[in-house]
Amino acid sequence: MAKRIDVSGLTAYYSAHKAIEDISMTVEPRSVTAFIGPSGCGKSTFLRTLNRMHEVTPGGRVEGKVLLDGDDLYGSGVDPVNVRTTVGMVFQRPNPFPTMSIFDNVAAGLRLNGKYKKNELSDIVERSLKGANLWNEVKDRLNKPGSGLSGGQQQRLCIARAIAVEPQVLLMDEPCSALDPISTLAIEDLIGDLKERFTIVIVTHNMQQAARVSDRTAFFNLAAVGQPGKLIEIDDTERIFSNPSVQATEDYISGRFG
Amino acid sequence: MNSEIDTAPPPPPLQDTPPPTKAEARGATRPGDRIFLGLSRGSGILLLLIMAAIAAFLTYRASLVLTENEGNFLTTFEWDASAIPPNFGIAVLAFGTIVSSIIAMVLAVPIAVGIALFLTHYAPRKLGGPIAYVIDLLAAVPSIVYGLWGALFLVPHLTGLFSWLDEYLGWTGIFEWQGGAPRTLLTVGILLAIMILPIITNVTREVFRQAPQMHQEAALALGATRWEVIRMSVLPFGRSGIISASMLGLGRALGETMAVATVLSPSFTINASLLDPGGGTFAQNIASKFSEASVQGRDALIASGLVLFVITLLVNGLARAIIERRKEYSGANA
Repeated sequence: MAKRIDVSGLTAYYSAHKAIEDISMTVEPRSVTAFIGPSGCGKSTFLRTLNRMHEVTPGGRVEGKVLLDGDDLYGSGVDPVNVRTTVGMVFQRPNPFPTMSIFDNVAAGLRLNGKYKKNELSDIVERSLKGANLWNEVKDRLNKPGSGLSGGQQQRLCIARAIAVEPQVLLMDEPCSALDPISTLAIEDLIGDLKERFTIVIVTHNMQQAARVSDRTAFFNLAAVGQPGKLIEIDDTERIFSNPSVQATEDYISGRFG
Repeated sequence: MNSEIDTAPPPPPLQDTPPPTKAEARGATRPGDRIFLGLSRGSGILLLLIMAAIAAFLTYRASLVLTENEGNFLTTFEWDASAIPPNFGIAVLAFGTIVSSIIAMVLAVPIAVGIALFLTHYAPRKLGGPIAYVIDLLAAVPSIVYGLWGALFLVPHLTGLFSWLDEYLGWTGIFEWQGGAPRTLLTVGILLAIMILPIITNVTREVFRQAPQMHQEAALALGATRWEVIRMSVLPFGRSGIISASMLGLGRALGETMAVATVLSPSFTINASLLDPGGGTFAQNIASKFSEASVQGRDALIASGLVLFVITLLVNGLARAIIERRKEYSGANA
């Protein structure tokens, strides 16, 4: 189910601009790893290199290796479409397909990847919505459009959609930044449940959130605007927030900058 | 300037300002607002007046001749409007107008959507610009030029297509060919398709360009291929835009005059086969008969124009209904 990620020497560009430089890290399976750091430090860019979404941006390219249980995502002959079915993603703004019902939103990925019988499909949809703690709120209106839900519900719908295809890894790009505190709490609880089954990587601007939900925390920083972002350190979350080994991390955590 | 601001008395505290009156809320107290309100309201009313005047004029002139008409206005296959008593009906014109427009839509809409998708989602930017420019140029060609091109180039080159259709699809009845000159409803449909292609392409291209990035990324992140991204996020978003664009095109096809009049050899019969003579169109019939018609004949032509007017209204209403029906699911409320 969940897989381990090994990144080595990863550098990503937007055309000529180097966005992140020489990043190496290991993400353990069935754990939550949080990326923190000031704006523009490349944490979202790095996240998007982990499911080959970075190269979708015009001019985006990547050097280095990302191994998923030993298989290089950037190896020759690897189809990015297959990578993305293995490494799912939840975005900053909830983005359910507006033309689809709640049911069809969750089933969207399944319908792409193969033929399912109708009852099989509704079983998986139910399981995914339960997995995203949304089932009880929407079970009576599965045929209503997903865009009619509240922001927090929409984000959980997007999580249900992502986990319906049974990915190995779930990437979350500031999944709570557009949500109110109660919806945020619901998503954070959900992340705690999901890590039993998935490897989770979450980008967040909220350090308390990183402290609450993650097992490991990676701190990214950039020397100056226009310079590439770099990984400063990655360690157990407890250690990062109590006794980090790099001074810049402590400065950031304690609010001295950023 | 600065000193003036500095010495100005401080604005009164917020709670002292009286709540805006109803008139203020409507923005009608300041002279500028009042003038603008009057101008915009006047423009709106003027538009309605013009529409009403056109409709009243058409209805009045039509009624003069319709009461005299010997034949049945809706079913008679003849156009003898200058005779006394007149004997005319629009059956053939309605048939020809609708059939040729349907042919044009069937041919043009898929191609236009394809071009628009290619320009917005497949073509490299260096190629997209020039192609879009050429399409804009196509829209600017006057319709009489299309008519001349159709009569002098398209018609002679269609014999091959016509005999092929007759050979392989003749059994359907729709594509039987007696061997006459290819100046029939199918020819008109093909020419109209070329003429309405630019407008449909341009409008759908603009809509596809606005398809939200976040929904395309959502599809990509689920493991969608490029075509699947288009199917899941771009086409549903652009659906109402495609319909609106098609209606613009259809409006042009229904009313196109000079090109049709140049290419079509009209006949006041209805023929099941699109390759044999049969049918005319409202606009073409008006254009080719107007200059030689008597006053009564002109009124008859006006009556046929009124029918075209109504058909166009119906088509637009239908399009709006289709868009409205799926509003809950449209990309607009995302």
